[in-house]
Amino acid sequence: MGRPGLAVLDSNGRGFVGELMRRAFLIAVPYVWLLALFLVPFFIVLKISLSDTALAIPPYTPTLDLSQGWSGITEFFSQLDFENFVWLTEDDLYWKAYLSSVKIALIATIFTLIFGYPIAYGMARAPEEWRPTLMMLIILPFWTSFLIRVYAWMGILSNEGYLNQFLLWIGVISTPLTILNTNTAVYIGIVYTYLPFMILPIYSALERMDESLIEAAEDLGCSRIQAFWLVTIPLSRPGIIAGCFLVMIPVIGEFVIPSLLGGSGTLMIGKVLWEEFFSNRDWPVASAVAVVLLLILVVPIVLFQRNQQKQTEAEQ
Amino acid sequence: MNRLSWFNAVSLTLGFAFLYIPMVILIIFSFNDGKLVTVWSGFSTRWYGELVQNEAFLDAAWVTLRVAVFSSTLATVLGTAAAYVMVRGGRFFGRTLFSGMIYAPLVMPEVITGLSLLLLFIGIGLDRGILTIVLAHTTFSMCFVSVVVSSRLVTFDRSLEEAALDLGCSPAQAFRLVTLPIIAPAVISGWLLAFTLSLDDLVIASFTSGPSATTLPIKIFSAVRLGVSPEINALSTLMIAVVTVGVITASLVTKRAMMKQKQDEMAAARAE
Repeated sequence: MGRPGLAVLDSNGRGFVGELMRRAFLIAVPYVWLLALFLVPFFIVLKISLSDTALAIPPYTPTLDLSQGWSGITEFFSQLDFENFVWLTEDDLYWKAYLSSVKIALIATIFTLIFGYPIAYGMARAPEEWRPTLMMLIILPFWTSFLIRVYAWMGILSNEGYLNQFLLWIGVISTPLTILNTNTAVYIGIVYTYLPFMILPIYSALERMDESLIEAAEDLGCSRIQAFWLVTIPLSRPGIIAGCFLVMIPVIGEFVIPSLLGGSGTLMIGKVLWEEFFSNRDWPVASAVAVVLLLILVVPIVLFQRNQQKQTEAEQ
Repeated sequence: MNRLSWFNAVSLTLGFAFLYIPMVILIIFSFNDGKLVTVWSGFSTRWYGELVQNEAFLDAAWVTLRVAVFSSTLATVLGTAAAYVMVRGGRFFGRTLFSGMIYAPLVMPEVITGLSLLLLFIGIGLDRGILTIVLAHTTFSMCFVSVVVSSRLVTFDRSLEEAALDLGCSPAQAFRLVTLPIIAPAVISGWLLAFTLSLDDLVIASFTSGPSATTLPIKIFSAVRLGVSPEINALSTLMIAVVTVGVITASLVTKRAMMKQKQDEMAAARAE
């Protein structure tokens, strides 16, 4: 498969070995970068999650002291323990936070799908000359700062905010609704900010679909709704799966939305981790929270990656 | 079926209204004269004036811009290399691990990425500042660049590269003279994506920045925690304006480049 095979015939006189080295270099640079700055840090988190909290800088013991040779290493390992993980099971704050993060992410993903699918469908069925513009209108908010998009809802949802002013004005309600700092606001924020992630994969699946299949189904006696359920939905399934993963996985660890739109009753693990780290300065517990969060995410991340690889291979 | 059915028209209208109304409200109220953000009390640009005099915001904006330029450029080089290796590199040791490390950061919660990088930087004794934010942003945005570039590499006609090699190019020359010009639009949009991701990032920057370097999102976040403020509305409007102009320009430029490429291809086909 690789190109270097042809390089033997290289007429410029640069040898096979030179090309091979160049290829190795091209692979090594991004590889080593990701190993050093993506994989190694996870092992450090794992290590610190097994350490004890200390009133020092850095605020944990033991630290690995390589200057003492083998005895330093054995000493280091003998001091590691699962105390922080036991702590996570004893204090029910953490369990509740994990469960409620997963619950919020699941419900929000379903809402995003319900709102996103009709938009993606409408885009894919719009006249062809409109589609690039519609596509740009979906992507534009995605380029705009996430923080600002979440912030925009604070002004809308607050007690004296624009939504309440509007509802009072048209007379639907007589007292302002409390929406900001509740889970409802968190759901609105998630659906709003993650909608493009759901729309784009579904749109690209629907756009590729051959419309004559629908006509065939209708000719064979399907109603429009049956044809939609039996043909359109199954054909857009890869897009739906990709969209749901792209929304659900990051939302489980979301921090900005629950901390700006949520209230004291909104329990999400990203916020707990942040507070454990920045407010309580308990690095070992924050690391243990991160390790467990990662374990929860391993299954969906692997499934997502499989789905992506299958897609790429199908395209190739 | 070239007409929009009423159902599709309604869902598109409602969908786009939902996406755009919050930002339109934000922009309108950034020109509000009063200190109370939710009550309209006349048109004014005073909050823009106050913004320009706020040195803390200006300093943070400058730090953010530098971080974004450095990290997106590095990420584009590394991400393009990674994409090329994934699509064209054939088999090599640890390819599965490599592809896992490229896809995982795309969906990794930012709190985990931020925490793990911070612990790395402290572990190796690197002082937190602009450098550490650049390293952190490069790492996660190179994966986005790599996904964008590899989707272009996958659809690209390989016989062009093979022709260049047959005509005596070395693989490096073939890449520079044939592959790179063709994938250039994807590389550019990868750079833009990396740039905006870096401008936008709050969580990873909060973990990896030190007291010497505060980015704009960190400043905005600490301000909006206290509630809605007219100054932040003005700042948001400016950022939305910059992004809108940037995205529209970029899409016009790439559209023109793609049309020219298509014309060239058609001319070449006719010449044959």
